[in-house]
Amino acid sequence: MEQWKGFTKGVWTKEVNVRDFILKNYTQYEGNDSFLTGATESTKQLWAQVMELTKQERENGGVLEMDTETVSSITSHGPGYLDEELEKVVGVQTDKPFNRSMQPFGGIRMAKAACEAYGYQLNPEIERIFTEFRKTHNQGVFDAYTDEMMLARKAAIITGLPDAYGRGRIIGDYRRVALYGIDFLIEEKKKDQQNTSKVMTEDNIRLREEIAEQIRALKELKELGTSYGFDISNPAQNAQEAFQWLYLGYLAAIKEQNGAAMSLGRVSSFLDIYVERDLQNGTLTEEEVQELVDHFVMKLRLVKFARTPDYNELFSGDPTWVTESIGGMAQDGRSLVTKNSFRFLHTLDNLGPAPEPNLTVLWSPQLPENFKQYCAKMSIKTSSIQYENDDIMRPEYGDDYGIACCVSAMKIGKQMQFFGARANLAKALLYSINGGVDEKLKIQVGPEYQPITSEILSYDEVMNKFDLIMEWLAGLYINTLNVIHYMHDKYSYERIEMALHDTEIIRTMATGIAGLSVVADSLSAIKYGEVKVIRDEKGIAVDFESSGDFPKYGNNDDRVDSIAVEIVERFMKKLQKHQTYRNSVHTMSILTITSNVVYGKKTGNTPDGRRAGEPFAPGANPMHGRDTKGTLASLSSVAKLPYSYAMDGISNTFSIVPKALGKEENNQIRNLVSILDGYAMKTGHHLNVNVFNRETLLDAMEHPELYPQLTIRVSGYAVNFIKLTKEQQLDVINRTFHESL
Amino acid sequence: MIGNIHSIETLGTVDGPGIRYVVFTQGCLLRCQFCHNADTWEIGTGKQMTVSEIMDDLMSYLPFLQASGGGITVSGGEPLLQIPFLIELFKECKKKGIHTTIDSSGGCFSHSKLFIGQLEELLQYTDLILLDLKHINRKKHIQLTGMANDHILEFATFLSSRNVPIWVRHVLVPTVTDDEEDLQKLGEFIGTLENVQKIEILPYHKLGVYKWEALGHEYPLKHVDPPTEEKVDFTYQKLTAHWN
Repeated sequence: MEQWKGFTKGVWTKEVNVRDFILKNYTQYEGNDSFLTGATESTKQLWAQVMELTKQERENGGVLEMDTETVSSITSHGPGYLDEELEKVVGVQTDKPFNRSMQPFGGIRMAKAACEAYGYQLNPEIERIFTEFRKTHNQGVFDAYTDEMMLARKAAIITGLPDAYGRGRIIGDYRRVALYGIDFLIEEKKKDQQNTSKVMTEDNIRLREEIAEQIRALKELKELGTSYGFDISNPAQNAQEAFQWLYLGYLAAIKEQNGAAMSLGRVSSFLDIYVERDLQNGTLTEEEVQELVDHFVMKLRLVKFARTPDYNELFSGDPTWVTESIGGMAQDGRSLVTKNSFRFLHTLDNLGPAPEPNLTVLWSPQLPENFKQYCAKMSIKTSSIQYENDDIMRPEYGDDYGIACCVSAMKIGKQMQFFGARANLAKALLYSINGGVDEKLKIQVGPEYQPITSEILSYDEVMNKFDLIMEWLAGLYINTLNVIHYMHDKYSYERIEMALHDTEIIRTMATGIAGLSVVADSLSAIKYGEVKVIRDEKGIAVDFESSGDFPKYGNNDDRVDSIAVEIVERFMKKLQKHQTYRNSVHTMSILTITSNVVYGKKTGNTPDGRRAGEPFAPGANPMHGRDTKGTLASLSSVAKLPYSYAMDGISNTFSIVPKALGKEENNQIRNLVSILDGYAMKTGHHLNVNVFNRETLLDAMEHPELYPQLTIRVSGYAVNFIKLTKEQQLDVINRTFHESL
Repeated sequence: MIGNIHSIETLGTVDGPGIRYVVFTQGCLLRCQFCHNADTWEIGTGKQMTVSEIMDDLMSYLPFLQASGGGITVSGGEPLLQIPFLIELFKECKKKGIHTTIDSSGGCFSHSKLFIGQLEELLQYTDLILLDLKHINRKKHIQLTGMANDHILEFATFLSSRNVPIWVRHVLVPTVTDDEEDLQKLGEFIGTLENVQKIEILPYHKLGVYKWEALGHEYPLKHVDPPTEEKVDFTYQKLTAHWN
């Protein structure tokens, strides 16, 4: 095809194989950041417009406009622009920016509640249609839930489940739109459709229906292109088209799905190939390239969904997880860093810091030194980057994977996950003491095992009972997820995202746990100190008095760190015993996002001394203030958690004051690079890096108007600090800041 | 071999090159008015730790230390009060190729045969000494630290004669250690040394005040504020004026 002129041919020219295209055509970059250019006048003007709209949105209570009339689909809205004359990449979710679309397929109640929470009224006719005539995912799930599932959900031993909202965490391979154009993709899907089995099992019928839906969605995507004046039947023929085609693919996805995380994949080095070709041809200048990147990233910063306050409690700060994975190494030993890797991070300068897109560097000590230093420099400057260990992921996922949401790796276009939120292990520990009775609701939630009646807790007895409770919880949890994902496939299938996947894919059942550090410290207190139980009149353990010193997770002390490791392994093995929907592969994450606050709120006093209602530590972090031996000890504890048992990711959020990284800027940069290298070598998985002083946050709480772009990393994503609830803000401020000098 | 240890900081970034595993020893002879670790003064207390305990812990941080070109720094307190312990510790470190640094004020230096003998052995395993020169003026040194400075300056000369690399550090306390003439003289003294790799001005800060209060001591520099940046630059110019 003429659009591929100048590219090295390979398998990719005959079948869909983006990885092959990248490896045959990309240009490695090992230089430094001196080639980067600043924002153009158009960029500045457009961004000023976005900041003004952001301000209006904030003043309007968090939402500027909501579409209450039109059900969002790929083709539901006409074109929309910030400023058509200036934008190099175009397209918004509705007919104008900052107007949130209506997406009822996940659940009509949620769609309605989202409107009402901000003073809007959903068109009653639409409510009627989705109540009386068209069932939604949410209703399907509740039709099939058992009483036990409902109770576990109510007690919040399993919570955050995507049973009322879009599950997300599926990455369409949006690069395919640019590389192949829609017609080629449709032809490939048609071949797959013809190749399905003739035996009509339930699986096969579903597959055939899904492929038909995928083809339909691809046709609609083409229409979406037409509405903006582009014919995307064919491949993109230059860089600007490549950015635009790719973005239209992504736009189609976010018009149809308001999944919790709508991640982008790994696009920067792919797009760099087009950029290099145009630079060689002399049809683009560096300034124009950066402008393209800036405008593309600006679009990603505009992604918005209608959410309810309940949802915001779990996932605070209006996140969308437009995660873009940058860097990493190729399996042939080359680094996948290109000039575009720098240009994407450079948007943090040109547009200022921002939580989205969720810039994720796939880190390896082998990455080019200049790139590592540039990342560290931008982290110190903006606190907007997260790092994930390419050296432990590459052997599992190859070199063309991306991160969905916060820490979930998946092969792009070849793998998806069934997002499963998380089980509250701290509460499970209390159930093992109370014989399955919930310490807050005071009712039987778990199985009616014998409660522990002794005054002083014995480690062996607690562990035995805890094992039984985990056994029960694992089964209930997997079965609950099976219900959810059956219904999501049925009523809210991600047609366009799946159209941009291979037809045969790997699916994972992505479970998660919360409260790991609380459990580890509690068990340590029981084992190495002495924990006395205080029971209420009904005999329910409601408080604990612990005496004696005990080792705490986060100090690189094997006595307790090994307990944390043990719990992770044990729970994962129990999950694996249960059959999953569509034979998905069991995985687990140690990640809470901001739900550590909600989980804490719903969990009683714990034996580690944590008071009822106090937030858990986020993700796999040690409890704040208990990691007293300094940064490296804290990181080393977390790095012990075995990735092979938590392949959906192990999140660690790390905050450090600038001075603690060193005196001069170049020392700070070098030391941060070393921390990241060391953490990777110790097989740590994920690190959010925040570099700022606590005082900055306190001031931002007082004067939010002065910090419109203050960005902080929380747990696998970044947020505008001022968009967090007061509670969340305090939780962040109370976390451990590594600051010793 | 057992040492009296006050505490350990795993991410030291200001006490030597790269990332440092910093061991704060317990016990010091000086009573500096600006001390930010007053809780390390008392001799013979602290936590008793063996060399192998420290080595085990230290080894788990090796990836970080090596990536940064860092190593171990023993600070205090006054590390040189526990030389035999240091010899054993640094011997082990050198076996593993770990860069070793001592942060000392030289407050316990003496010409006694025993001390010199031990010190010379220790220096075989020591890559760098961070030497705190607190005041060049003898009287003011006594006032500030409770001790004269003759033997401290002799220590510096001793290290120079043996060509042991040092970083000279000077804590800049407004009204106490910032007299222009004193700085001039300190600069001249530094000029006589041939082993100085770096000169660092440490601006006085108040982060350790809470420790004085916790120990029930009256903090003597309550009314002194940290120096301005200009003052720090000026002091650096003075101290490096004669630097070889």
